[in-house]
Amino acid sequence: MNKKTPVVLKRMIFISLSFLLLLAGAMLIGLSMGSTKGGFKAIWEFVVSGSADDSVLNAIIWQIRFPRVLVAALVGATLSVGGLIFQAILKNPLAEPYILGISGGSAIGAIIGILIGLSRFPGINIIAFSGSIVTLLLILVMSSGKSTLIKDSLLLSGVMVNAFCSAVIMFLISLTQDFRLHNIMFWLMGDLSSSDLYQAKILMLMLFPCFILIFLYSNTMNLLLLGNELAITMGVNIKAVTMTLLVVTTFMVSAIVSQCGLIGFVGLVTPHLLRLLLGSDHRILVPACILGGSTYMVICDLLARILPAHGEMPVGVITAMIGAPIFIILLKKTKT
Amino acid sequence: MTIAIDVKKLNFSYKTMPVIDNISFCVKKGEFFVIIGPNGSGKTTLMKTISGIEKFKKGKMNILNKSVKKYSKRMLAKKIAFVPQTVPIDFPFTVTEMVLTGRAPYLGIFGFEGKKDIKIAKDAIAFTEIEHIADRKLNQLSGGERQRAFIARAICQKPQIILLDEPTASLDLAHQIKVMDLMEKLKIEKGITVVMVSHDLNLASMYGDTILLLKKGKIKSIGCPKEVITYDILKKTYNCELYLDTSPMGKFPRITLIPGKYSR
Repeated sequence: MNKKTPVVLKRMIFISLSFLLLLAGAMLIGLSMGSTKGGFKAIWEFVVSGSADDSVLNAIIWQIRFPRVLVAALVGATLSVGGLIFQAILKNPLAEPYILGISGGSAIGAIIGILIGLSRFPGINIIAFSGSIVTLLLILVMSSGKSTLIKDSLLLSGVMVNAFCSAVIMFLISLTQDFRLHNIMFWLMGDLSSSDLYQAKILMLMLFPCFILIFLYSNTMNLLLLGNELAITMGVNIKAVTMTLLVVTTFMVSAIVSQCGLIGFVGLVTPHLLRLLLGSDHRILVPACILGGSTYMVICDLLARILPAHGEMPVGVITAMIGAPIFIILLKKTKT
Repeated sequence: MTIAIDVKKLNFSYKTMPVIDNISFCVKKGEFFVIIGPNGSGKTTLMKTISGIEKFKKGKMNILNKSVKKYSKRMLAKKIAFVPQTVPIDFPFTVTEMVLTGRAPYLGIFGFEGKKDIKIAKDAIAFTEIEHIADRKLNQLSGGERQRAFIARAICQKPQIILLDEPTASLDLAHQIKVMDLMEKLKIEKGITVVMVSHDLNLASMYGDTILLLKKGKIKSIGCPKEVITYDILKKTYNCELYLDTSPMGKFPRITLIPGKYSR
């Protein structure tokens, strides 16, 4: 007790700084590596002298890789913190925007947006947000009531919502015959290759205020984990907090989906690893998930770029390949 | 003698079914108040109404001489602490972390505790004698240890009234007595008003200053243990035969159940 005085603020700052360092490292590697070699040297030269000799490589790094790494970080941060929030509010360690079908809902919206030829921002964003709100309402209806089966039925209903969303997506795709088909398919699997600086800026503008809002609610989330009844007696307005957090999270996720497509399981992997590492205090987990999730995604995106010998693969493939087995392990663990 | 909780003509119903039916009573400041009654008598609902979890529509309730409707949620949380019967432990905090959550109503917008809050939490942990498990996770504790940890959390909230929902249910004998002694100590040393829902009439009789007997949402009897725990009242309320004498430990009534004798 005396040895481990829980000065949470100090710990939060220390952990956040460590993760920030980690993120900076991952971003640097993400900038340096790719199909064109020599990135490390070029970045070093850029840092030392402020300019580089190889202007082609320089353009690749700053105009192609930089926005991409930035968007990857934002995607990772959003999906991780989204998973964390869903897990806290639904009190289900397996909840995650992708598994619950929130991402699927916004994907339907986004595809409709693409098909009727809207611009990525704000047109597709708005339709995607509406789509995800519909699935959110569906989930809330299904998880309300006092059934003891809530936990399992929530995941099952998520699977069903997801299956339904996939069917609708396939239906929409089968109606499409032209050049948009390839775009949609690649986007569906989670695509960061078309990221540009404008996209990164818009995402930052939308997401940063949400991150701050969520952080302000982090101690309230701790109280929610002790049960709704106890939280009420601690002065928490459950309805207001739950709705605010869910709507904000859904907004963030739909923003990500409409820009970058379906990237799954990130919201499962990062919060769980971080919880194992750091405990359950959300005042620490929220910043750690934002920074750690960014790092994870930057690395996943790097893998998606460098693993295939030719071209690249959608980053959603990588996250699913890592995330799905972890989900199964967790499912087995929570059942016993 | 000042009044801690003053309830007047309180009504509560789930949809159309009345659970609490027009009841009035008051809890004196600094007393050990036990609510007893058969299953479905509305004990827990009454407790949840007092704690603010359930909102009542008809009737009046004053907490520390002020209408409960005039309190903000945060203000009320500084006056009343609640110890639930069970708590989800899917996301296990350590005992210290969980006890510290009791400071939440006192924290600023960012929700970080200061040195003073940590001292209060340490004191609460010492008071409940759980220092040895302070760094353990909640899911690694026994039922009795967990219950004391949650009482420590309630103490950490620095309330004037503590509400407990069947704190001794499913505890072994030693832990039952430890929890009850702890509540007694809280009453005597800190002057906190203790309100407890219990199924254990013997414990209620042993520790309670005032006992409230509920049946079907109405007050059957209220008073000191000797007045409430009588053969006639209990037999009518619980519909079973029992044997009543005085405990060899002191002057409070003792109940012994008799096998095979109950109606319906």
